[in-house]
Amino acid sequence: MRLLDVTVICEKFLVMSNKDWPLWEIFIRSKSGLAHKHVGSLHATDAKMAIENARDVYTRRMEGVSVWVVKSADIFASSPDDKSFLFDPANDKVYRHPTFYEIPPEVGHM
Amino acid sequence: MNQKLFEYVLRIADNALIYGQRLSEWCGHGPVLEEDIALANTSLDYIGQATNLLKYAAELEGKGRTEDDIAFLRDAWDFKNLLIVELPNNDYAYTIARQFFFAHWYLLFLEELQSSSNEFLKGFAEKSIKEIRYHVQHASDWMLRLGDGTEDSHARMQNAVNQLWEFTPEFFMMDELDQWAIAENIGVNCEGFKAQWRHNIESVITEATLVLPPDAWGQRGGRSGKHTEYLGLMLAEMQFLQRAYPGAKW
Repeated sequence: MRLLDVTVICEKFLVMSNKDWPLWEIFIRSKSGLAHKHVGSLHATDAKMAIENARDVYTRRMEGVSVWVVKSADIFASSPDDKSFLFDPANDKVYRHPTFYEIPPEVGHM
Repeated sequence: MNQKLFEYVLRIADNALIYGQRLSEWCGHGPVLEEDIALANTSLDYIGQATNLLKYAAELEGKGRTEDDIAFLRDAWDFKNLLIVELPNNDYAYTIARQFFFAHWYLLFLEELQSSSNEFLKGFAEKSIKEIRYHVQHASDWMLRLGDGTEDSHARMQNAVNQLWEFTPEFFMMDELDQWAIAENIGVNCEGFKAQWRHNIESVITEATLVLPPDAWGQRGGRSGKHTEYLGLMLAEMQFLQRAYPGAKW
């Protein structure tokens, strides 16, 4: 292919990319893991392609066996400015931690 | 050495080698980052398969050649790949349509090869089939999105299908060597799954709002070393280093 052809096609896709390809956040669970961990993000046209793209981009080195994809627009996050009034109060409520119970040795680790 | 077995293995190896090389040309030029990586991964899958197969072929030959020698020091007329894999990538629609036709065929081929009486080919098929299942899925999904997409993507995709169609009959042409392999239970009778292949691709094509062209004369000759003008140019690039600097080491 001539360089010009490649450029034209890439430009076309770039334009489509800005308009039509939403951003997705990717979560992967490793083979021995329990939770899906956030590994990054990518663009895809829809959920099915997002899964395939995540498989191609984020599981090349056997990073995982299960993939969750979520549209970035669907993720709401707490604001860093609210950190102190949302989370500081939990810091000094020692009675919320179950440290005053005596666990019989037969129960083992909980 | 079993010349027939050697050549039969070479045919499978050359499909993988040439196709892997062709796909690698997209590396760094993909339409979007994710597809760039997807195509590079696919290319690596095929190159990996080629390496395995050529190692075995070299063993079978027993002349002291390595898999690299066989890959990089042969001229075009000694390559035994199908014509479709040596065609230029053109645009993305063309690339995806080619992947779609080839991977659907290769999947059925490998499914049959898993019953080969040859231990190596049997094991090879069992391992490789997982990679191809993904290629089939990926290509089919893109056929749907590009075919049933914008006016532009639909037109490009239909054009690609029209142009590639005449290279698909070669998938099912069984010659003397194939007949030998089939009789020995080593190889695959591709004619046997032609209808299945047609059914599989047709369902995706229809859903993608595309149409298949009428059946016509099929381009052929790859497996007897008669190639298109594109192969020579590609080999010139692929083999330059090994031929200009013989014995070079990284």
